[in-house]
Amino acid sequence: MNRNGHKIVTRKLSLSYGPKLALHEISFDIKTNHVTALIGPSGCGKSTFLRSLNRMNDLIDGVVTSGEVLVDDVDIYRNDVDVVALRKKVGMIFQRSNPFPKSIYDNVAYGPRINGIHEKGKLDHTVERSLKQAALWDEVKDDLRKSGLALSGGQQQRLCIARALAVDPEVLLMDEPASALDPIATAKIEELIFELKEKYTIVIVTHNMQQAARVSDYTAFFYMGNLVEFDETKTMFTSPKEKQTEDYVTGRFG
Amino acid sequence: MRKLGRQFLGFSIPLLSGLCAFSIILIVLIVMGEVILGGWSTLTWEFLSTGPKAGMTEGGIYPAIIGTVLLVLMMSIAGVPIGTVTAIYLSEYASQRSILARLIRFAVNTLAGVPAIVFGLFGLGFFIQFVGTRMDGLLSGGADLRWGQPNILWASLTMALLTLPVVIVSVEEAIKAVPRELREASLALGATKWETIRKVVLPNSMTGILTGGILAVSRGAGEVAPILFTGAAYFLPHLPGSLSDQFMELGYHIYIMSTQSPDVEATRGIQYATTLVLLLLTFALNFSAIFLRYKIRTRKVR
Repeated sequence: MNRNGHKIVTRKLSLSYGPKLALHEISFDIKTNHVTALIGPSGCGKSTFLRSLNRMNDLIDGVVTSGEVLVDDVDIYRNDVDVVALRKKVGMIFQRSNPFPKSIYDNVAYGPRINGIHEKGKLDHTVERSLKQAALWDEVKDDLRKSGLALSGGQQQRLCIARALAVDPEVLLMDEPASALDPIATAKIEELIFELKEKYTIVIVTHNMQQAARVSDYTAFFYMGNLVEFDETKTMFTSPKEKQTEDYVTGRFG
Repeated sequence: MRKLGRQFLGFSIPLLSGLCAFSIILIVLIVMGEVILGGWSTLTWEFLSTGPKAGMTEGGIYPAIIGTVLLVLMMSIAGVPIGTVTAIYLSEYASQRSILARLIRFAVNTLAGVPAIVFGLFGLGFFIQFVGTRMDGLLSGGADLRWGQPNILWASLTMALLTLPVVIVSVEEAIKAVPRELREASLALGATKWETIRKVVLPNSMTGILTGGILAVSRGAGEVAPILFTGAAYFLPHLPGSLSDQFMELGYHIYIMSTQSPDVEATRGIQYATTLVLLLLTFALNFSAIFLRYKIRTRKVR
Protein backbone atom coordinates (compact mmCIF):
# COMPACT_ATOMS: atom_id res chain seq x y z
CA MET A 1 0.00 0.00 0.00
CA ASN A 2 1.22 3.45 -0.74
CA ARG A 3 0.87 6.83 0.85
CA ASN A 4 -1.53 5.56 3.48
CA GLY A 5 -3.71 3.68 1.02
CA HIS A 6 -3.81 6.30 -1.69
CA LYS A 7 -3.61 4.88 -5.18
CA ILE A 8 -3.43 8.18 -7.00
CA VAL A 9 -2.08 11.42 -5.66
CA THR A 10 -2.08 14.68 -7.60
CA ARG A 11 0.09 17.62 -6.65
CA LYS A 12 -0.51 21.03 -8.20
CA LEU A 13 -1.74 19.48 -11.41
CA SER A 14 -2.35 22.22 -13.98
CA LEU A 15 -3.35 21.76 -17.58
CA SER A 16 -3.97 24.10 -20.47
CA TYR A 17 -5.25 23.73 -23.99
CA GLY A 18 -3.08 26.26 -25.76
CA PRO A 19 -3.70 29.56 -23.98
CA LYS A 20 -6.80 28.28 -22.18
CA LEU A 21 -6.23 27.09 -18.64
CA ALA A 22 -8.42 24.04 -17.97
CA LEU A 23 -7.10 22.85 -14.62
CA HIS A 24 -5.51 24.98 -11.96
CA GLU A 25 -3.21 23.40 -9.37
CA ILE A 26 -5.35 20.45 -8.43
CA SER A 27 -4.06 18.53 -5.41
CA PHE A 28 -5.89 15.66 -3.78
CA ASP A 29 -5.57 11.98 -2.97
CA ILE A 30 -7.62 9.12 -4.35
CA LYS A 31 -8.04 6.24 -1.99
CA THR A 32 -7.32 2.64 -3.00
CA ASN A 33 -10.39 0.39 -3.41
CA HIS A 34 -12.80 3.24 -2.97
CA VAL A 35 -15.00 5.13 -5.36
CA THR A 36 -14.19 8.79 -5.87
CA ALA A 37 -16.75 10.89 -7.72
CA LEU A 38 -15.87 14.05 -9.63
CA ILE A 39 -18.74 16.50 -9.91
CA GLY A 40 -19.22 19.99 -11.21
CA PRO A 41 -20.97 21.92 -13.98
CA SER A 42 -20.10 21.33 -17.66
CA GLY A 43 -16.69 22.63 -18.61
CA CYS A 44 -15.43 22.69 -15.03
CA GLY A 45 -12.49 20.43 -15.86
CA LYS A 46 -13.62 17.19 -14.26
CA SER A 47 -13.37 15.13 -17.46
CA THR A 48 -10.06 16.75 -18.30
CA PHE A 49 -8.82 15.84 -14.85
CA LEU A 50 -9.99 12.25 -15.30
CA ARG A 51 -8.26 11.96 -18.65
CA SER A 52 -5.04 13.29 -17.24
CA LEU A 53 -4.89 10.32 -14.85
CA ASN A 54 -4.05 7.92 -17.70
CA ARG A 55 -2.56 10.53 -20.01
CA MET A 56 -5.36 10.36 -22.55
CA ASN A 57 -4.94 14.11 -22.93
CA ASP A 58 -1.64 13.39 -24.66
CA LEU A 59 -3.69 12.59 -27.75
CA ILE A 60 -4.93 16.15 -28.04
CA ASP A 61 -2.67 18.62 -29.82
CA GLY A 62 -1.46 21.55 -27.79
CA VAL A 63 -2.13 20.26 -24.27
CA VAL A 64 0.42 21.31 -21.69
CA THR A 65 0.46 19.64 -18.28
CA SER A 66 2.43 20.63 -15.19
CA GLY A 67 2.54 19.38 -11.64
CA GLU A 68 2.56 15.77 -10.56
CA VAL A 69 0.25 12.80 -10.84
CA LEU A 70 1.54 9.93 -8.75
CA VAL A 71 0.13 6.49 -9.41
CA ASP A 72 1.59 4.07 -6.85
CA ASP A 73 4.10 6.77 -5.97
CA VAL A 74 5.42 7.13 -9.51
CA ASP A 75 4.92 10.39 -11.36
CA ILE A 76 3.24 9.37 -14.60
CA TYR A 77 4.29 12.57 -16.35
CA ARG A 78 7.98 11.78 -16.05
CA ASN A 79 9.66 11.32 -19.41
CA ASP A 80 10.68 7.73 -18.86
CA VAL A 81 7.17 6.53 -18.00
CA ASP A 82 5.78 3.87 -20.33
CA VAL A 83 2.38 5.30 -21.28
CA VAL A 84 1.22 1.99 -22.73
CA ALA A 85 1.91 0.18 -19.45
CA LEU A 86 0.25 3.01 -17.54
CA ARG A 87 -2.94 2.67 -19.54
CA LYS A 88 -3.04 -1.06 -18.89
CA LYS A 89 -2.92 -0.32 -15.20
CA VAL A 90 -5.34 2.62 -15.34
CA GLY A 91 -8.29 1.55 -17.50
CA MET A 92 -10.99 3.81 -18.82
CA ILE A 93 -14.72 3.65 -19.53
CA PHE A 94 -16.09 6.35 -21.80
CA GLN A 95 -19.28 8.35 -21.79
CA ARG A 96 -20.52 6.91 -25.05
CA SER A 97 -20.14 3.16 -25.04
CA ASN A 98 -17.65 2.36 -27.74
CA PRO A 99 -17.43 -1.35 -28.46
CA PHE A 100 -15.35 -2.26 -31.49
CA PRO A 101 -17.35 -3.45 -34.49
CA LYS A 102 -16.29 -6.98 -33.62
CA SER A 103 -17.89 -9.90 -31.82
CA ILE A 104 -18.47 -9.79 -28.07
CA TYR A 105 -15.65 -12.29 -27.62
CA ASP A 106 -13.19 -10.33 -29.76
CA ASN A 107 -14.06 -7.11 -27.96
CA VAL A 108 -13.14 -8.55 -24.58
CA ALA A 109 -10.16 -10.47 -25.97
CA TYR A 110 -8.74 -7.35 -27.65
CA GLY A 111 -6.66 -6.26 -24.66
CA PRO A 112 -5.26 -9.70 -23.77
CA ARG A 113 -4.40 -10.29 -27.42
CA ILE A 114 -2.38 -7.13 -27.80
CA ASN A 115 -0.60 -8.23 -24.66
CA GLY A 116 0.49 -11.35 -26.49
CA ILE A 117 -2.01 -13.88 -25.15
CA HIS A 118 -3.23 -16.01 -28.02
CA GLU A 119 -3.74 -19.36 -26.34
CA LYS A 120 -7.40 -20.22 -26.72
CA GLY A 121 -7.92 -21.72 -23.26
CA LYS A 122 -6.43 -18.69 -21.55
CA LEU A 123 -8.40 -16.26 -23.69
CA ASP A 124 -11.65 -18.14 -23.10
CA HIS A 125 -11.01 -18.01 -19.39
CA THR A 126 -10.24 -14.28 -19.38
CA VAL A 127 -13.27 -13.47 -21.51
CA GLU A 128 -15.57 -15.44 -19.24
CA ARG A 129 -14.12 -13.98 -16.06
CA SER A 130 -14.32 -10.40 -17.37
CA LEU A 131 -17.86 -10.76 -18.62
CA LYS A 132 -18.89 -12.24 -15.28
CA GLN A 133 -17.22 -9.40 -13.41
CA ALA A 134 -19.10 -6.95 -15.60
CA ALA A 135 -22.37 -8.79 -14.88
CA LEU A 136 -22.93 -9.47 -18.56
CA TRP A 137 -22.02 -13.14 -18.84
CA ASP A 138 -25.48 -14.58 -18.25
CA GLU A 139 -26.99 -12.37 -20.92
CA VAL A 140 -24.48 -13.14 -23.66
CA LYS A 141 -22.84 -16.49 -22.88
CA ASP A 142 -24.86 -18.33 -25.54
CA ASP A 143 -23.76 -16.09 -28.37
CA LEU A 144 -20.33 -14.66 -27.84
CA ARG A 145 -19.89 -14.46 -31.61
CA LYS A 146 -22.62 -11.85 -31.89
CA SER A 147 -21.46 -8.36 -32.77
CA GLY A 148 -20.90 -6.10 -29.78
CA LEU A 149 -22.90 -3.46 -31.61
CA ALA A 150 -26.00 -5.67 -31.57
CA LEU A 151 -26.28 -5.31 -27.79
CA SER A 152 -28.47 -2.75 -26.04
CA GLY A 153 -26.92 0.50 -24.79
CA GLY A 154 -26.60 -0.72 -21.22
CA GLN A 155 -25.17 -4.05 -22.33
CA GLN A 156 -22.68 -2.26 -24.59
CA GLN A 157 -21.45 -0.20 -21.67
CA ARG A 158 -21.02 -3.32 -19.55
CA LEU A 159 -19.20 -4.91 -22.48
CA CYS A 160 -16.83 -1.95 -22.44
CA ILE A 161 -16.32 -2.47 -18.72
CA ALA A 162 -15.60 -6.16 -19.33
CA ARG A 163 -13.16 -5.19 -22.07
CA ALA A 164 -11.36 -2.86 -19.68
CA LEU A 165 -11.28 -5.49 -16.92
CA ALA A 166 -9.77 -8.07 -19.24
CA VAL A 167 -6.35 -6.41 -19.09
CA ASP A 168 -6.31 -6.59 -15.27
CA PRO A 169 -6.21 -2.88 -14.49
CA GLU A 170 -5.87 -1.59 -10.95
CA VAL A 171 -7.73 1.65 -11.49
CA LEU A 172 -10.91 2.27 -13.49
CA LEU A 173 -11.64 5.76 -14.74
CA MET A 174 -15.27 6.24 -15.70
CA ASP A 175 -16.34 9.27 -17.68
CA GLU A 176 -20.09 9.63 -17.12
CA PRO A 177 -20.58 5.94 -17.84
CA ALA A 178 -24.34 6.00 -17.40
CA SER A 179 -25.29 9.36 -18.83
CA ALA A 180 -26.65 7.86 -22.06
CA LEU A 181 -28.51 5.01 -20.39
CA ASP A 182 -32.05 4.50 -19.16
CA PRO A 183 -32.69 4.23 -15.37
CA ILE A 184 -32.68 0.43 -15.28
CA ALA A 185 -29.41 0.15 -17.17
CA THR A 186 -28.01 2.91 -14.97
CA ALA A 187 -28.97 1.02 -11.85
CA LYS A 188 -27.14 -2.03 -13.15
CA ILE A 189 -23.99 -0.03 -13.80
CA GLU A 190 -24.16 1.50 -10.33
CA GLU A 191 -24.60 -1.89 -8.75
CA LEU A 192 -21.61 -3.05 -10.73
CA ILE A 193 -19.48 -0.13 -9.56
CA PHE A 194 -20.32 -1.07 -6.02
CA GLU A 195 -19.08 -4.61 -6.58
CA LEU A 196 -16.01 -3.59 -8.53
CA LYS A 197 -14.57 -1.38 -5.81
CA GLU A 198 -13.69 -4.52 -3.85
CA LYS A 199 -10.89 -5.09 -6.31
CA TYR A 200 -10.38 -1.80 -8.11
CA THR A 201 -9.87 1.84 -7.38
CA ILE A 202 -12.60 3.74 -9.18
CA VAL A 203 -12.79 7.38 -10.23
CA ILE A 204 -16.09 8.41 -11.78
CA VAL A 205 -17.18 11.63 -13.42
CA THR A 206 -20.90 12.21 -13.13
CA HIS A 207 -23.43 14.91 -13.78
CA ASN A 208 -25.94 13.22 -11.61
CA MET A 209 -25.82 14.27 -7.95
CA GLN A 210 -27.89 11.33 -6.78
CA GLN A 211 -25.55 8.99 -8.59
CA ALA A 212 -22.52 10.54 -6.93
CA ALA A 213 -24.24 10.24 -3.57
CA ARG A 214 -25.23 6.63 -4.19
CA VAL A 215 -22.03 5.14 -5.55
CA SER A 216 -19.11 7.13 -4.21
CA ASP A 217 -17.17 7.17 -0.96
CA TYR A 218 -15.40 10.45 -1.71
CA THR A 219 -16.46 13.39 -3.82
CA ALA A 220 -14.48 16.17 -5.43
CA PHE A 221 -16.28 19.30 -6.59
CA PHE A 222 -14.71 21.13 -9.52
CA TYR A 223 -15.58 24.61 -10.67
CA MET A 224 -13.91 26.58 -13.48
CA GLY A 225 -10.81 24.43 -13.43
CA ASN A 226 -10.39 24.62 -9.67
CA LEU A 227 -10.95 21.99 -7.05
CA VAL A 228 -13.41 23.72 -4.74
CA GLU A 229 -13.87 21.00 -2.18
CA PHE A 230 -12.92 17.41 -1.59
CA ASP A 231 -14.29 15.28 1.21
CA GLU A 232 -16.15 12.13 2.11
CA THR A 233 -19.29 11.96 0.04
CA LYS A 234 -21.49 11.94 3.13
CA THR A 235 -19.98 15.17 4.36
CA MET A 236 -20.06 16.79 0.94
CA PHE A 237 -23.77 16.21 0.57
CA THR A 238 -24.84 16.95 4.11
CA SER A 239 -22.52 19.61 5.46
CA PRO A 240 -20.19 20.99 2.81
CA LYS A 241 -17.71 23.58 3.97
CA GLU A 242 -17.96 25.79 0.93
CA LYS A 243 -21.03 27.78 0.03
CA GLN A 244 -20.42 27.03 -3.66
CA THR A 245 -20.49 23.30 -3.05
CA GLU A 246 -23.69 23.55 -1.14
CA ASP A 247 -25.34 25.56 -3.89
CA TYR A 248 -24.27 23.04 -6.47
CA VAL A 249 -25.23 19.83 -4.68
CA THR A 250 -28.57 21.22 -3.73
CA GLY A 251 -29.21 22.18 -7.34
CA ARG A 252 -29.16 25.90 -6.94
CA PHE A 253 -26.81 26.34 -9.87
CA GLY A 254 -25.05 24.31 -12.54
CA MET B 1 -46.30 42.06 -60.35
CA ARG B 2 -43.62 41.17 -57.86
CA LYS B 3 -45.71 38.39 -56.49
CA LEU B 4 -46.23 37.00 -59.94
CA GLY B 5 -42.51 37.07 -60.59
CA ARG B 6 -41.82 35.15 -57.44
CA GLN B 7 -44.47 32.64 -58.28
CA PHE B 8 -42.93 32.21 -61.68
CA LEU B 9 -39.50 31.64 -60.15
CA GLY B 10 -40.89 29.22 -57.60
CA PHE B 11 -42.35 27.25 -60.43
CA SER B 12 -39.64 27.51 -63.04
CA ILE B 13 -36.48 26.93 -60.97
CA PRO B 14 -37.41 23.38 -59.94
CA LEU B 15 -38.52 22.71 -63.46
CA LEU B 16 -35.29 23.98 -65.00
CA SER B 17 -33.02 22.26 -62.54
CA GLY B 18 -35.05 19.09 -62.98
CA LEU B 19 -34.64 19.28 -66.73
CA CYS B 20 -30.90 19.75 -66.40
CA ALA B 21 -30.67 16.76 -64.10
CA PHE B 22 -32.78 14.72 -66.45
CA SER B 23 -30.64 15.63 -69.44
CA ILE B 24 -27.74 13.84 -67.73
CA ILE B 25 -29.73 10.63 -67.69
CA LEU B 26 -30.57 11.28 -71.31
CA ILE B 27 -26.92 11.70 -72.27
CA VAL B 28 -25.99 8.45 -70.53
CA LEU B 29 -28.82 6.68 -72.33
CA ILE B 30 -27.76 8.08 -75.70
CA VAL B 31 -24.13 7.09 -75.20
CA MET B 32 -25.01 3.63 -73.98
CA GLY B 33 -27.65 3.17 -76.67
CA GLU B 34 -25.30 4.21 -79.45
CA VAL B 35 -22.53 1.93 -78.21
CA ILE B 36 -24.83 -1.03 -77.64
CA LEU B 37 -26.63 -0.68 -80.99
CA GLY B 38 -23.36 -0.25 -82.87
CA GLY B 39 -21.45 -3.00 -81.14
CA TRP B 40 -24.01 -5.62 -80.22
CA SER B 41 -23.90 -7.59 -83.44
CA THR B 42 -20.10 -7.79 -83.41
CA LEU B 43 -19.94 -8.81 -79.77
CA THR B 44 -19.66 -12.58 -79.94
CA TRP B 45 -17.80 -15.13 -77.92
CA GLU B 46 -15.31 -15.39 -80.72
CA PHE B 47 -14.77 -11.63 -80.60
CA LEU B 48 -13.93 -11.87 -76.92
CA SER B 49 -11.74 -14.95 -77.14
CA THR B 50 -9.55 -14.42 -80.18
CA GLY B 51 -6.99 -11.89 -81.29
CA PRO B 52 -7.18 -9.48 -84.23
CA LYS B 53 -6.80 -10.95 -87.71
CA ALA B 54 -6.31 -9.80 -91.29
CA GLY B 55 -4.38 -6.64 -90.57
CA MET B 56 -6.69 -5.82 -87.66
CA THR B 57 -9.78 -5.51 -89.80
CA GLU B 58 -11.25 -8.76 -88.48
CA GLY B 59 -11.05 -10.94 -85.42
CA GLY B 60 -11.39 -10.17 -81.73
CA ILE B 61 -9.86 -8.26 -78.89
CA TYR B 62 -8.86 -11.00 -76.45
CA PRO B 63 -5.28 -9.72 -75.95
CA ALA B 64 -6.56 -6.20 -75.30
CA ILE B 65 -8.99 -7.40 -72.62
CA ILE B 66 -6.32 -9.39 -70.83
CA GLY B 67 -3.85 -6.53 -71.23
CA THR B 68 -6.28 -4.07 -69.66
CA VAL B 69 -7.04 -6.37 -66.75
CA LEU B 70 -3.34 -6.98 -66.13
CA LEU B 71 -2.56 -3.28 -66.35
CA VAL B 72 -5.26 -2.36 -63.88
CA LEU B 73 -4.28 -5.13 -61.47
CA MET B 74 -0.58 -4.29 -61.50
CA MET B 75 -1.41 -0.63 -61.15
CA SER B 76 -3.52 -1.37 -58.06
CA ILE B 77 -0.86 -3.62 -56.55
CA ALA B 78 1.66 -0.81 -56.94
CA GLY B 79 -0.54 2.17 -56.14
CA VAL B 80 -3.00 1.17 -53.42
CA PRO B 81 -0.44 0.13 -50.77
CA ILE B 82 1.68 3.24 -51.34
CA GLY B 83 -1.39 5.45 -51.29
CA THR B 84 -2.70 3.77 -48.14
CA VAL B 85 0.59 4.12 -46.30
CA THR B 86 0.83 7.77 -47.33
CA ALA B 87 -2.71 8.36 -46.10
CA ILE B 88 -1.89 6.68 -42.79
CA TYR B 89 1.13 8.93 -42.39
CA LEU B 90 -0.84 12.05 -43.23
CA SER B 91 -3.80 11.36 -40.98
CA GLU B 92 -2.19 9.52 -38.06
CA TYR B 93 1.42 10.50 -37.67
CA ALA B 94 2.05 13.88 -39.27
CA SER B 95 1.14 16.86 -37.18
CA GLN B 96 -1.47 18.69 -39.22
CA ARG B 97 0.47 21.93 -39.08
CA SER B 98 3.89 20.48 -39.84
CA ILE B 99 5.67 21.71 -42.94
CA LEU B 100 6.25 18.17 -44.17
CA ALA B 101 2.54 17.29 -44.02
CA ARG B 102 1.63 20.48 -45.85
CA LEU B 103 4.29 19.78 -48.44
CA ILE B 104 2.93 16.27 -49.04
CA ARG B 105 -0.61 17.57 -49.35
CA PHE B 106 0.55 20.20 -51.81
CA ALA B 107 2.33 17.52 -53.83
CA VAL B 108 -0.74 15.28 -53.84
CA ASN B 109 -2.95 18.12 -55.04
CA THR B 110 -0.48 19.07 -57.72
CA LEU B 111 -0.18 15.48 -58.85
CA ALA B 112 -3.97 15.29 -59.14
CA GLY B 113 -3.99 18.27 -61.47
CA VAL B 114 -1.28 17.09 -63.85
CA PRO B 115 -2.65 16.14 -67.30
CA ALA B 116 -2.50 12.45 -68.14
CA ILE B 117 -0.26 12.95 -71.16
CA VAL B 118 2.36 14.54 -68.92
CA PHE B 119 2.37 11.37 -66.84
CA GLY B 120 2.93 9.45 -70.06
CA LEU B 121 5.91 11.61 -70.94
CA PHE B 122 7.23 11.34 -67.41
CA GLY B 123 6.94 7.56 -67.58
CA LEU B 124 8.87 7.55 -70.84
CA GLY B 125 11.57 9.84 -69.54
CA PHE B 126 11.93 8.45 -66.04
CA PHE B 127 10.97 4.78 -66.06
CA ILE B 128 12.09 3.83 -69.56
CA GLN B 129 14.98 6.10 -70.42
CA PHE B 130 16.37 6.65 -66.94
CA VAL B 131 15.58 3.56 -64.84
CA GLY B 132 15.13 1.05 -67.66
CA THR B 133 18.25 1.96 -69.58
CA ARG B 134 20.33 1.80 -66.42
CA MET B 135 18.85 -1.58 -65.55
CA ASP B 136 19.82 -2.85 -68.98
CA GLY B 137 23.30 -1.44 -68.48
CA LEU B 138 23.65 -3.26 -65.18
CA LEU B 139 22.11 -6.54 -66.30
CA SER B 140 23.65 -6.99 -69.73
CA GLY B 141 26.06 -4.13 -70.20
CA GLY B 142 23.53 -2.49 -72.47
CA ALA B 143 23.72 -5.28 -75.05
CA ASP B 144 20.14 -6.40 -74.44
CA LEU B 145 17.29 -3.94 -74.84
CA ARG B 146 14.88 -5.33 -72.29
CA TRP B 147 13.88 -2.77 -69.69
CA GLY B 148 14.84 0.35 -71.61
CA GLN B 149 11.78 0.08 -73.80
CA PRO B 150 8.02 0.36 -73.26
CA ASN B 151 6.53 -2.54 -71.31
CA ILE B 152 3.66 -3.43 -69.01
CA LEU B 153 5.65 -2.80 -65.83
CA TRP B 154 6.49 0.79 -66.70
CA ALA B 155 2.98 1.39 -67.97
CA SER B 156 1.48 0.08 -64.72
CA LEU B 157 3.80 2.18 -62.60
CA THR B 158 3.03 5.28 -64.64
CA MET B 159 -0.66 4.57 -64.25
CA ALA B 160 -0.18 4.00 -60.51
CA LEU B 161 1.36 7.48 -60.23
CA LEU B 162 -1.61 8.96 -62.04
CA THR B 163 -4.10 7.30 -59.71
CA LEU B 164 -2.12 7.80 -56.50
CA PRO B 165 -3.85 11.07 -55.50
CA VAL B 166 -7.25 9.41 -55.84
CA VAL B 167 -6.19 6.61 -53.52
CA ILE B 168 -4.57 8.91 -50.97
CA VAL B 169 -7.54 11.24 -50.73
CA SER B 170 -10.19 8.56 -50.38
CA VAL B 171 -8.20 6.47 -47.91
CA GLU B 172 -7.45 9.52 -45.82
CA GLU B 173 -11.13 10.42 -45.74
CA ALA B 174 -11.94 6.88 -44.63
CA ILE B 175 -9.31 6.91 -41.90
CA LYS B 176 -10.58 10.24 -40.62
CA ALA B 177 -14.10 8.82 -40.50
CA VAL B 178 -13.11 6.17 -37.96
CA PRO B 179 -14.66 7.46 -34.72
CA ARG B 180 -12.25 8.91 -32.20
CA GLU B 181 -14.01 6.83 -29.55
CA LEU B 182 -12.73 3.62 -31.12
CA ARG B 183 -9.13 4.82 -31.18
CA GLU B 184 -9.41 6.00 -27.59
CA ALA B 185 -10.91 2.67 -26.53
CA SER B 186 -7.96 0.87 -28.03
CA LEU B 187 -5.34 3.22 -26.62
CA ALA B 188 -6.97 3.13 -23.19
CA LEU B 189 -6.55 -0.64 -23.19
CA GLY B 190 -2.81 -0.20 -23.49
CA ALA B 191 -2.51 -0.65 -27.22
CA THR B 192 0.29 1.22 -28.94
CA LYS B 193 -0.45 3.64 -31.71
CA TRP B 194 0.57 1.15 -34.38
CA GLU B 195 -1.53 -1.63 -32.82
CA THR B 196 -4.47 0.75 -32.81
CA ILE B 197 -3.95 1.61 -36.47
CA ARG B 198 -3.53 -1.99 -37.50
CA LYS B 199 -6.35 -3.52 -35.46
CA VAL B 200 -8.90 -0.72 -35.24
CA VAL B 201 -8.29 2.04 -37.75
CA LEU B 202 -7.42 0.02 -40.84
CA PRO B 203 -10.13 -2.66 -40.49
CA ASN B 204 -12.67 0.11 -40.03
CA SER B 205 -11.48 2.01 -43.08
CA MET B 206 -11.39 -1.04 -45.34
CA THR B 207 -14.42 0.32 -47.15
CA GLY B 208 -12.58 3.52 -47.93
CA ILE B 209 -9.45 1.73 -49.05
CA LEU B 210 -11.59 -0.33 -51.42
CA THR B 211 -13.31 2.81 -52.62
CA GLY B 212 -9.91 4.28 -53.32
CA GLY B 213 -9.04 1.16 -55.26
CA ILE B 214 -12.27 1.32 -57.26
CA LEU B 215 -11.86 4.96 -58.14
CA ALA B 216 -8.27 4.36 -59.15
CA VAL B 217 -9.26 1.39 -61.29
CA SER B 218 -12.05 3.19 -63.09
CA ARG B 219 -9.81 6.17 -63.66
CA GLY B 220 -6.94 3.97 -64.81
CA ALA B 221 -8.98 1.77 -67.10
CA GLY B 222 -10.26 4.83 -68.91
CA GLU B 223 -6.94 6.58 -69.50
CA VAL B 224 -4.93 6.03 -72.65
CA ALA B 225 -2.42 8.86 -72.57
CA PRO B 226 -0.17 7.50 -69.78
CA ILE B 227 0.41 4.20 -71.59
CA LEU B 228 0.81 5.69 -75.03
CA PHE B 229 4.60 5.87 -74.74
CA THR B 230 5.16 3.51 -71.85
CA GLY B 231 3.88 0.12 -72.89
CA ALA B 232 0.79 -0.17 -75.08
CA ALA B 233 1.27 -2.06 -78.33
CA TYR B 234 -0.38 -1.40 -81.67
CA PHE B 235 -0.69 -5.07 -82.39
CA LEU B 236 0.64 -8.04 -80.46
CA PRO B 237 -0.30 -11.56 -81.46
CA HIS B 238 0.54 -13.04 -78.06
CA LEU B 239 -0.23 -12.12 -74.45
CA PRO B 240 2.42 -10.42 -72.33
CA GLY B 241 4.48 -13.20 -70.80
CA SER B 242 6.73 -11.15 -68.55
CA LEU B 243 6.94 -7.72 -66.99
CA SER B 244 9.16 -6.53 -69.81
CA ASP B 245 6.61 -7.35 -72.52
CA GLN B 246 4.36 -4.86 -74.22
CA PHE B 247 0.61 -5.35 -74.14
CA MET B 248 -2.57 -4.41 -75.94
CA GLU B 249 -5.12 -2.30 -74.14
CA LEU B 250 -8.79 -1.62 -74.84
CA GLY B 251 -8.72 2.17 -74.74
CA TYR B 252 -5.61 2.30 -76.87
CA HIS B 253 -7.15 -0.27 -79.22
CA ILE B 254 -10.19 1.95 -79.73
CA TYR B 255 -7.89 4.87 -80.43
CA ILE B 256 -5.82 3.08 -83.06
CA MET B 257 -8.80 1.35 -84.65
CA SER B 258 -10.51 4.64 -85.22
CA THR B 259 -7.47 6.65 -86.33
CA GLN B 260 -4.70 4.32 -87.52
CA SER B 261 -6.60 1.41 -88.99
CA PRO B 262 -6.00 0.59 -92.68
CA ASP B 263 -9.74 0.64 -93.22
CA VAL B 264 -11.63 2.69 -90.64
CA GLU B 265 -15.04 2.06 -92.19
CA ALA B 266 -14.64 -1.71 -92.22
CA THR B 267 -13.75 -1.82 -88.56
CA ARG B 268 -16.71 0.27 -87.37
CA GLY B 269 -18.31 -2.76 -85.71
CA ILE B 270 -15.09 -3.69 -83.98
CA GLN B 271 -14.71 -0.16 -82.64
CA TYR B 272 -18.22 -0.12 -81.22
CA ALA B 273 -17.88 -3.57 -79.71
CA THR B 274 -14.50 -2.73 -78.16
CA THR B 275 -15.97 0.40 -76.61
CA LEU B 276 -18.86 -1.67 -75.27
CA VAL B 277 -16.45 -4.18 -73.74
CA LEU B 278 -14.39 -1.42 -72.13
CA LEU B 279 -17.53 0.10 -70.62
CA LEU B 280 -18.80 -3.28 -69.42
CA LEU B 281 -15.42 -4.14 -67.95
CA THR B 282 -15.28 -0.86 -66.04
CA PHE B 283 -18.83 -1.38 -64.81
CA ALA B 284 -18.06 -4.94 -63.78
CA LEU B 285 -14.98 -3.85 -61.84
CA ASN B 286 -16.98 -1.11 -60.17
CA PHE B 287 -19.86 -3.37 -59.28
CA SER B 288 -17.66 -6.11 -57.88
CA ALA B 289 -15.93 -3.55 -55.68
CA ILE B 290 -19.24 -2.06 -54.60
CA PHE B 291 -20.45 -5.56 -53.80
CA LEU B 292 -17.32 -6.13 -51.73
CA ARG B 293 -17.93 -2.91 -49.83
CA TYR B 294 -21.50 -3.93 -49.21
CA LYS B 295 -20.36 -7.31 -47.85
CA ILE B 296 -17.91 -5.67 -45.49
CA ARG B 297 -20.44 -3.15 -44.29
CA THR B 298 -23.11 -5.72 -43.52
CA ARG B 299 -20.60 -7.98 -41.78
CA LYS B 300 -19.71 -5.11 -39.50
CA VAL B 301 -23.25 -4.38 -38.40
CA ARG B 302 -24.76 -7.86 -38.32
